[in-house]
Amino acid sequence: MLTVVIIFLFFAILLYFLLGGADFGAGIIELFTSDDNKHRTRSTMYQAIGPIWEANHMWLIIAVVIMFVGFPDIYSKMCTYLHIPLLLMLLGIIARGTAFAFRNYDAIKGERTQMVYNNIFVYSSFLTPLFLGIIAGSAISRQIDFEATDFLTAYVFSWFNWFSIAVGLFTVALCGFLASIYLIGEADDDFDVKRFIKKAKVLNAIAFFCGGLVFLAAETLNIHMAHWIFGNRVSLTAVIAASISLVLLWMSISKGRKQMPRIFAAFQVSMILLSVGYTHYPNFIMGKNGKNLSLLTDHATTKTIDDLAIALLIGSLFILPALSYLFYSFRGKNSHE
Amino acid sequence: MNDFLAARSQMALSLGFHIIYSCIGMVMPVFMAISHYKYLKTQNPVYKNITQAWSKGVAIFFATGAVSGTMLSFELGLLWPKFMEHAGPIFGMPFSLEGVAFFIEAIALGFFLYGWNRFNKWFHWFTGVMVGISGILSGILVVSANSWMNSPSGFDYINGQYLNIDPMKAMFNGAWFSESLHMTIAAFSATGFAVAGIHALMIYRKQNIEFHTKAFKIAIIFGSIAAILQPLSGDISAKHAAKRQPAKLAAMEAYFHTQTYAPLIIGGIPDTVAKKVNYGIELPGLLSFLVHDNFKQEVKGLDQIPVKDQPNVAVTHYAFQIMVGIGMLTMLIGVLYLIATLKKRSWLTQTWFLRLFIMATPLGFIALEAGWTVTEVGRQPWIIQDVMRTADAVTPMPGIQYSFYLFSFIYFTLSLAVIFLLQRQIKMVPELYDLKK
Ligand code: HDD
Ligand code: HEM
Ligand code: HEM
Repeated sequence: MLTVVIIFLFFAILLYFLLGGADFGAGIIELFTSDDNKHRTRSTMYQAIGPIWEANHMWLIIAVVIMFVGFPDIYSKMCTYLHIPLLLMLLGIIARGTAFAFRNYDAIKGERTQMVYNNIFVYSSFLTPLFLGIIAGSAISRQIDFEATDFLTAYVFSWFNWFSIAVGLFTVALCGFLASIYLIGEADDDFDVKRFIKKAKVLNAIAFFCGGLVFLAAETLNIHMAHWIFGNRVSLTAVIAASISLVLLWMSISKGRKQMPRIFAAFQVSMILLSVGYTHYPNFIMGKNGKNLSLLTDHATTKTIDDLAIALLIGSLFILPALSYLFYSFRGKNSHE
Repeated sequence: MNDFLAARSQMALSLGFHIIYSCIGMVMPVFMAISHYKYLKTQNPVYKNITQAWSKGVAIFFATGAVSGTMLSFELGLLWPKFMEHAGPIFGMPFSLEGVAFFIEAIALGFFLYGWNRFNKWFHWFTGVMVGISGILSGILVVSANSWMNSPSGFDYINGQYLNIDPMKAMFNGAWFSESLHMTIAAFSATGFAVAGIHALMIYRKQNIEFHTKAFKIAIIFGSIAAILQPLSGDISAKHAAKRQPAKLAAMEAYFHTQTYAPLIIGGIPDTVAKKVNYGIELPGLLSFLVHDNFKQEVKGLDQIPVKDQPNVAVTHYAFQIMVGIGMLTMLIGVLYLIATLKKRSWLTQTWFLRLFIMATPLGFIALEAGWTVTEVGRQPWIIQDVMRTADAVTPMPGIQYSFYLFSFIYFTLSLAVIFLLQRQIKMVPELYDLKK
């Protein structure tokens, strides 16, 4: 049953990253769109994510609940030592969620008020995945010191280091990349399709660059990324699969396909996550001096894990069909009111 | 401000904010579904307009509820890591199921908000109903998690260890039913009165009378029935509290000395040093009757509880008085409304009658906040009654007061923003929904 719970946890994180990430990405793209085109980007995006965006963010809740019910020790340690970036990420989530709702449901679409909502929305779309990435990076950075007594070591340097920040930037770039691929399929006309393809190219390049940064920053902390990623067969295969899917992705885009690129992009990101996740598995947090927290040992009692697994299995019987039907119903373009 | 106080304040602030949005988020979909049903049955476009106007409100409240709820699920760990480390696996079951219920709610909301003219109309209606059902279910679930803190069960606490954990038993703890019942009714009463009050104001101002009259009626029927049931369910809650948490009951009543023929004290200013209540009205025997169903039986007072295990008497007592006072008042208003619809239809358009409902707009929510203060402050100093103290659960990280200031600022701004948006929503009713135009 522990395996079931761990699989759910992995998929909740993955889906939050893919669906929520595309969602953040849409805001990031808006941030880097020239003023003339902002309006078009926004309306395409709204058509695309309006009906599904509340559901996309539920994966985070599921992941958190799995953490505190199934792995309370890991959850409470993360909450203690990564308090500050978690708080900043939450600020981003609050600002973003409310600004998105406000700008769509404000009964009077005033220019000034819309501008305020837009600004809040785009900047928080950038900050939230940045801190999400920072948190993920910190979890494996070996910088969390469970014995620290001074404030800076315990609560600041646990996450404020080059490696975590590089992972944060990499996350932002990936989100933007995912979103631009997603939006290609939603665009109304050729002009927009071209625009989003261009964005996807630029973001692809930025993601490469940030990925390189992660490698470099890792060296400063004596983390050998190359060893992590190329050192075992599963991660290596995943990385190769990711590279191949990137090539296929660009081929299918140049053929004007709409659905295939999305699948390749999602596949590619899943492989990246798998490759990093697998090297550390079963460790979830890698702390200083070899103090690691592992999914296989630091979990709740068997009874709790069993009940949690049953709840998740039963829940997914309801959620998955309904969610699939939601995506199916609002797939493709022109799916607004 | 020390860190412990800051953490408590931040938790209270977040919950106090979230509870408003979540209650509206669980009750409004029900109102919406009723009005939608009436539209589908009568084809009267006014009902369609009401449904759509309300659904915009629901979308705003759902989003605010969702983000403040996400905030809470992290805050449990950010502020009370030691609590979550032990409690998480025990009382996590309702939270897991709640996660499922919310997920379904979010999916259904997507269908409902964007599904006009896309689906079979009854399927579309059904998705709206699902929003309501899953909202109420999740409300019940999360309150059972909270009731576990009042009435811990499903584990054995031996030498500081939490053994033999049974999450299902923890979920169906002794208090889950009374608390969830009371909470759900409270949500209907508070939201019903608030929504009715706003529409009453618009009728009073003679704007879009047909629209607002129909909306008023749907809201107030729920509000009135809930308000009439509330004291009954409150009585059940009080009996439970007396059994499980005598300290809480004694603090609610500001009841210092154990005695037979225990009096019910109404109002008054508790003096914790002299251990008496000044200026209160004492009704002899009534507390014994409320708690034990007879006028004689002894009720445990604060004198039998060590001082270090006592909650803040003044806060608990005042909060309880406010809740019960409002409970009685809204019950009366509810009864008046029923009399008016059944017997005295002429009242319904008179200004005094409308004024009454306008005045009652915030009452339910004030009672709701007061009620949470009673359960939470009344449980102190325990975070898990008789098992773990709140002070032992708090995060070791210093500087929590800055995060408290930050969140106070954010919640304050958000509240202003929501009020601002609602005002604009109401202002646009004549333009968007006036059929004569
Ligand atoms: C663990 C943290 C937590 C705590 C202590 C609470 N909630 Fe909450 N709540 C959430 C976690 C959450 C959430 C899981 O994060 C939700 C789900 C998605 C969402 O809308 O936010 C939420 C939203 C939410 C909704 C749906 C909102 C809507 O439909 O718009 C309801 C009915 C409740 N809550 C009910 C409550 C009540 C009555 C609480 C007691 C005062 C409460 N929640 C405390
Ligand atoms: C006159 C009638 C009322 C009585 C006798 C009453 C009684 C009680 C009692 C004894 C509790 C504490 C339960 C516990 O901690 O175990 C409580 C809690 C609460 N009350 Fe009331 N109440 C009344 C009216 C109201 C009204 C009108 C509202 C709001 C509209 C309300 C909202 C709440 C809430 C939200 C709680 C905390 C959650 C819960 O315990 O369910 N109450 N009430
Ligand atoms: C399971 C979830 C909950 C946890 C872990 C929790 C925990 C706490 C803690 C630790 C405190 C601080 C003690 C104190 O300030 O006196 C507190 C206070 C409080 N909480 Fe809860 N609580 C929970 C549920 C709720 C809910 C659902 C509400 C409703 C909105 C609520 C409302 C309050 C209020 C009003 C206070 C009083 C703060 C004060 O004036 O001191 N709590 N809670």
